[in-house]
Amino acid sequence: MTPPAVDGHLSSDIVTRARELVALYPHPRSALIPICHLAQEQDGWLRPEAIDEIAALVGLTPAEVLGTASFYEMLRTEPVGNYVVSVCTNIACMLRGAYELLHHVEDSLGVRSGATTADGMFTLEETECIADCGRAPCLAVNHRFVGDVTPESFDHLVEGLRAGTLADDIPRHGTLVRVRRQGGLRVDDDTIRAEREAASAKAAGGA
Amino acid sequence: MDVTETPRIVTSRLEYEDSHTLERYLATGGYEGLRKALGMSPQDVAHEVDAVSLLGRGGAGFPAGRKWSMLRKAPTTYLVVNGDESEPATFKDHLLVERDPHQLIEGVLIAAYAIQATRAFIYVRGEFALGLERVQSALNDAYEHGAAGRDIFGSGFSIDVVVHPGAGAYICGEETALLESLEGKRGFPRIKPPYFPAAIGLYGEPTVVNNVETLSNLPWVMLNGSGAFTALGAGRSTGTRLFALAGHVRNPGVYEVEMVKTTFRHLVFGPEYGGGIPGDRQLKAIIPGGVSAPWFGSEHLDLPLGQDEVGEAGSMLGSGSIVVMDDTTCVVRAAWRITRFFWRESCGQCTPCREGSGWLEKILQRIEDGDGREADVDLLMDVCDNLAPGVSWPPQQTTICVLGSSIPSSIASAIRMFRDDFLVHVKDGGCPHG
Repeated sequence: MTPPAVDGHLSSDIVTRARELVALYPHPRSALIPICHLAQEQDGWLRPEAIDEIAALVGLTPAEVLGTASFYEMLRTEPVGNYVVSVCTNIACMLRGAYELLHHVEDSLGVRSGATTADGMFTLEETECIADCGRAPCLAVNHRFVGDVTPESFDHLVEGLRAGTLADDIPRHGTLVRVRRQGGLRVDDDTIRAEREAASAKAAGGA
Repeated sequence: MDVTETPRIVTSRLEYEDSHTLERYLATGGYEGLRKALGMSPQDVAHEVDAVSLLGRGGAGFPAGRKWSMLRKAPTTYLVVNGDESEPATFKDHLLVERDPHQLIEGVLIAAYAIQATRAFIYVRGEFALGLERVQSALNDAYEHGAAGRDIFGSGFSIDVVVHPGAGAYICGEETALLESLEGKRGFPRIKPPYFPAAIGLYGEPTVVNNVETLSNLPWVMLNGSGAFTALGAGRSTGTRLFALAGHVRNPGVYEVEMVKTTFRHLVFGPEYGGGIPGDRQLKAIIPGGVSAPWFGSEHLDLPLGQDEVGEAGSMLGSGSIVVMDDTTCVVRAAWRITRFFWRESCGQCTPCREGSGWLEKILQRIEDGDGREADVDLLMDVCDNLAPGVSWPPQQTTICVLGSSIPSSIASAIRMFRDDFLVHVKDGGCPHG
């Protein structure tokens, strides 16, 4: 496995965090999806240069990374807007006016579902159930949930996003988890296995 | 969020705004169940859980204790938490990961101790951004508190827990697909046999996969004992269950309900629950256990919410989702939307599912658009028969996983219950509901 070049595409911070992720798993490949999320945090989508470096980090070919990433809705192999607006139209939301809401959102943003506004601010998509049906119809902006959406509340939301007043609640597309892992075990699985065997032998001896 | 008065096993903290914090958790008995478990032998903890008949809360309803007992003996074993809740109209695990992440983590640690897992992974649906942040924060605090990691509470038991984000794929809620995803691959379900996770799971090692709500019950079970748990419910359906109530009800939301003691009617119409159908319209149908479940009509409203009771009536409690459709609902459109979902989410490995879902979606679309033919109704049933021969319940399977055999449920229900609605679409050249 070749480490990414010093002048690689992914920032040194992202690469450091990616290596921490690789170390969390018994096999490096398990870190593939979490690292794809990190690359999107930097670029908003999975740029080909990022895919090359992810492949090196987890010991795969770029084709294997792309082959996996393209399976998942959240991993983007094409650029998207700063804010991805995902309007749920699945059964629970549909029964409570989701398609009527979607038509309003299309008119309001001036794009059809699947498209990005000319200024690159918004990508609109129709999504499957996002598990917020108690507040149907609902939508997500960059996976931050907004429930009981009306045409008026949607337009208000868009104003806030355009004005930048919601940046704390809704980060730019690609930033998924803002909490870093702290703590955790600092011993390897072999130590754990040895301890388990010793404990089990002790329990068997005492019985 | 709506919480009812009694009984509350997994929603006891949700009345607090800070229910997700360690401070609130410790102030309300948090991690005491884990302390108690660590004072017992792993076998005794497993026996206690086996004794309560804790039916898996993810969808399949397999008893958690039995699942643990099937684990192949090996030096390395894994515990994997299925937090990939994606079944349409199911939103209970979403609530639990966001609002009580410590309860989940404590359940994970108790289970990991009972099965003596080498490592635990919490796979959280990728779209749950806040849930992922809450679970990671809670885990960080648990490590700091000594409740997770090295030598937990001085017991000598150590375990590392890893929070793993998904990336958007319904199929990853299927446990073997989830393991593939956790290994960094496409979420393609594995064929069973031989790939039962308890025998050949994550990285080929024996693995227990448990649902979020299932594990969230464990702190209470340890603290209050199996007797208190089995005193709730009846038969095999013990304890409580979360029901996510959605669609045409006044108060959609998640409700914790004692198993078997409550009926569909009570949940939908009771003022403390759904509060009835808005506008005093009539009930047309309910989807009792996620969109993979066959529908019920008003004649089934008095069925109790128990796994076997609903199973014997020809459907399932499944994922704990109940969707109410009133008499203004176009069932063709409802079946179309559900089928469109399966078509989008089919992983594509098996021909009946990959091709069948797309053709069913197209036929339903043309009926809804007014371009249908009378023969289309039988054609739909014929394609369903290719996916699940006999179109019976429980369905026959022609595919690696149950996604394919779940597709006919809504279509066959809509046709069998409301065949005339389909024929009106054909005759009138469009949807009478506009």
